[in-house]
Amino acid sequence: MANSQSMCTSFLSELMLGQHQLGASTITSRGSLTSPTTDTLKAALYLASATINAATTAYTATGEVTGTNYTAGGITVTNATAPTSANSSATAGTGYWTPSGSLVYTNVTLSTAFDTVLIYNSTQSNKAISVHTFGSQTVTAGTFTLTMPSNTTSTALLRLATT
Amino acid sequence: MLVNTIHGEMDDSLLVKQEGSLDNDIEHTTWTEYWLDDELVHRSVHVSLKTSPALFAEAAEIA
Repeated sequence: MANSQSMCTSFLSELMLGQHQLGASTITSRGSLTSPTTDTLKAALYLASATINAATTAYTATGEVTGTNYTAGGITVTNATAPTSANSSATAGTGYWTPSGSLVYTNVTLSTAFDTVLIYNSTQSNKAISVHTFGSQTVTAGTFTLTMPSNTTSTALLRLATT
Repeated sequence: MLVNTIHGEMDDSLLVKQEGSLDNDIEHTTWTEYWLDDELVHRSVHVSLKTSPALFAEAAEIA
């Protein structure tokens, strides 16, 4: 099996249901939820042999890396920048979001090849958000750093676009 | 310089350092390895993601 980079399909309907809060927001007509707090997102690493893809609905320990100083479930995503959007024309635009810091797994030993990070919402029952793949790696008594792309309409980690 | 290894911190003068990189449309990746004889004792990796595929949304026309 293999991992596949994708937005998680379940995330799409959950967005319409308002089940994710990637940034602080002021909303109306939701009773006590007029000033909701930002959800905590996490990033878990998966083996190259795992099957994490658009059909992944929530964090799973199946296929997750294991090793020295790696905690199951991964690390907390630094998220200081709320999602935003920009129009590119009268009929098109992009909503986008990127973590505000790199994902850093410090002093870990991950001996089995891994190639995927799953971003998920640990506040909301570990609901899956997106899957990102990269070249297969191992780490030995070292640091694995995953630097995020620039937070723009064309490169952000999560982009929802109309054309 | 001290390097964290599977044997604890070691002076890098005792080790052989190897570096590599990978660059494509998705990522720019660099890695640093330290070897003690034929044993890999340290490997760090830095992956810089460039972009991810966008998800396209659609509002259906009401005919």
